[in-house]
Amino acid sequence: MKVLLKGGRVIDPSAGRDGEFDVLIDEGRVALIDRDLPRDGCEVFELKKGWIVAPGLIDIHVHLREPGQEHKETIASGAAAAVAGGFTALACMPNTEPVNDHAGITQFILKKAAEANLARVYPIGAVSLGSKGEQLAELGEQKSAGCVAFSDDGKPVATALLMRRALEYAGMLGMPIVDHCEDPSLKADGVAHEGFYASALGLRGIPGVAESLMVERDVSLAELTGAHVHICHMSARQSLRAVRAGKERGVRVTCEVAPHHFILTDEALDGPIKYDTNLKMNPPLREGADRDAMLEGIADGTVDVIATDHAPHHADEKMVEFDRAPFGITGLETAVPLVFDRLVHAGRIGVVRAIELLSTNPARVLNLPGGSLADGSPADVVVIDPERRTTVDVARQQSKSKNTPFQGWDLRGAVAFTLVGGRVVHRLNS
Amino acid sequence: MNVDAPVTETPVTAGIKELKSRHLLGIAGLEAAEISLILDTAEAMKEIGNRAIKKVPALRGRTVVNLFFEPSTRTRTSFEIAEKRLSADTLSIATATSSVTKGESLIDTVRNIEAMSPDMIVMRHASSGAPHLLTRIGRAAVINAGDGMHEHPTQALLDAFTIREHKGRLAGLKVAIVGDLLHSRVLRSNVLLLRTMGADVCLCGPATLMPPAVGRFGVSTTSSIDEAVEGADVVMMLRIQQERMHGHFIPSLREYFALFGLTPERLRRARADVIVMHPGPMNRGVEIDSEVADGPYSVILEQVSNGVAVRMAVLYLLAGRDSAEPIDA
Repeated sequence: MKVLLKGGRVIDPSAGRDGEFDVLIDEGRVALIDRDLPRDGCEVFELKKGWIVAPGLIDIHVHLREPGQEHKETIASGAAAAVAGGFTALACMPNTEPVNDHAGITQFILKKAAEANLARVYPIGAVSLGSKGEQLAELGEQKSAGCVAFSDDGKPVATALLMRRALEYAGMLGMPIVDHCEDPSLKADGVAHEGFYASALGLRGIPGVAESLMVERDVSLAELTGAHVHICHMSARQSLRAVRAGKERGVRVTCEVAPHHFILTDEALDGPIKYDTNLKMNPPLREGADRDAMLEGIADGTVDVIATDHAPHHADEKMVEFDRAPFGITGLETAVPLVFDRLVHAGRIGVVRAIELLSTNPARVLNLPGGSLADGSPADVVVIDPERRTTVDVARQQSKSKNTPFQGWDLRGAVAFTLVGGRVVHRLNS
Repeated sequence: MNVDAPVTETPVTAGIKELKSRHLLGIAGLEAAEISLILDTAEAMKEIGNRAIKKVPALRGRTVVNLFFEPSTRTRTSFEIAEKRLSADTLSIATATSSVTKGESLIDTVRNIEAMSPDMIVMRHASSGAPHLLTRIGRAAVINAGDGMHEHPTQALLDAFTIREHKGRLAGLKVAIVGDLLHSRVLRSNVLLLRTMGADVCLCGPATLMPPAVGRFGVSTTSSIDEAVEGADVVMMLRIQQERMHGHFIPSLREYFALFGLTPERLRRARADVIVMHPGPMNRGVEIDSEVADGPYSVILEQVSNGVAVRMAVLYLLAGRDSAEPIDA
């Protein structure tokens, strides 16, 4: 069965391709990209002028919550949210219940993902047993079972010694450490960015250096060990500075930023709904100078990846006092509209750079298949209508959880189709 | 007419007769005219407290629930007396006796109380913003009786009322606020109120207890109590909250008193007619010398008396938005 995507603007940064082409998919793989391909024997999708055809997007920072917290999200619902958001693959964090620190749990996740048969799911294994920061998990076994990286996300690896050993050991396996940076003593029981708004609202603060201090530590440890460290959900301008300095001296460091950190600031906490727990995430929304630094890093290439830190929580868990609410917001289904509206249409980056941040680089950072439309590669493809205006509406989202601060936002840029292995798994209703 | 004399002859401020919001969540958002309206109304209310029969029918038939999720003696008692003097039907719930200890969420507790149709809820809670959450789910008017480290608006109002009684004004006064600034909801409400009314505010405390970016509130800061007290019309002491010190905000209470305690000697730097305030409960010998606390400049117990009048004013004005009976009826 052949599929023909006809008339889009094909962008594949991995091959330096950007132009109007047809894409022929055969047996679930990219067969040919060329002009004026014949329609014979194909299911043809006529794309409108200006629609973008790109390698499927890859979100390398997702919390799927299964096993253990299925009331928030399941592997199936998370995979459905992913493809609705244009993501054909995702990497899921190990902070499930139990923590994914054993091959059996990785195998369970992969089995559930295969049953869901939507987005490709790549598990990230825990660095330490139970993510307790004491003893290394069986990283080699986890690699064999299918893990693509290691992280104690949600918690930092608190001691420099354990992080050093983790980098050395993961480096031996050719795997990156995905690093949630936060000095636990400086973060303490903070719930918002330490600054004017936390002071005004009486919320305990988390200073930007609580993050950057550990970024600096781990960039230094990556330099020492020669291993690859990937800095998660960067929020503070000091962290960006540390990553930039590390890259300049050749350290194997990459980093990601989440949409909320390059769009929102802590001022939102004092908005129309004061103390809205859908503005509570870790790291917290920071001040204008930090947000601007993230935008600068995205534009100048310091930032490698946009990842959503999709963190679903049940409405009951969020409808509590601000300091008692769990950290995190959903992200899979709002990323493309936010990136196009706030970065591309705002003139901060071009479309090619957007695809690089959402597909090419995430694949490269975690050594994943995908992120490319090379001949013969699995036809994981996203089609984006960059001009389509939509209003974020949680009632129409696939995620089980509805905790987004972007509800009701009118945004320009939407996912038109998502194809995984040549199969249409999502199509925007017109 | 009530048997009691009318009490509305007191001057009413600048044209406005009611508050814009139906809740009192904080001083933030209140305009100067609204603050003056509350203080003027409190003057009338204070007169009621001086009568033999300390009761008017203004809130007759209204139900007020005092929902205290944190221990409080002064504030809760003050609200209860204020409510009773206005003839409201009142009920007080403290956490120790509520289903909160059985794991019920705040939302469910409040929904259950709401189901019994109270007109007003007065809430004290350890989490900043908890009263704001209440307004999103209920119909009752909400009065914030202290939320976490955020605001304690009726305390700031009673402080302002007390200052105005002594000084006749707020604008242009030099007010020093000394103590644990970081954790204090009294501080936040007082800064907002005093700045709105045109007072100069100087904050004094250890660097470890100074809220980040506090300069943006339009106040000056110092770590020298002598500097703060110099020429002050009002010195307001804040409690050192020993339960929040965790061992690294200040080295010891002894050193704190040595560096920041208000002593008679230090107070001599203030203006001759200075007043000394404290929202209570006091730690004698930690932030304030007993000689100052009980001395001639202290208005600490007046603050407590005025608390009832100010809370009556707030209850009356908020109920008035839903046409309470006039207090002189």
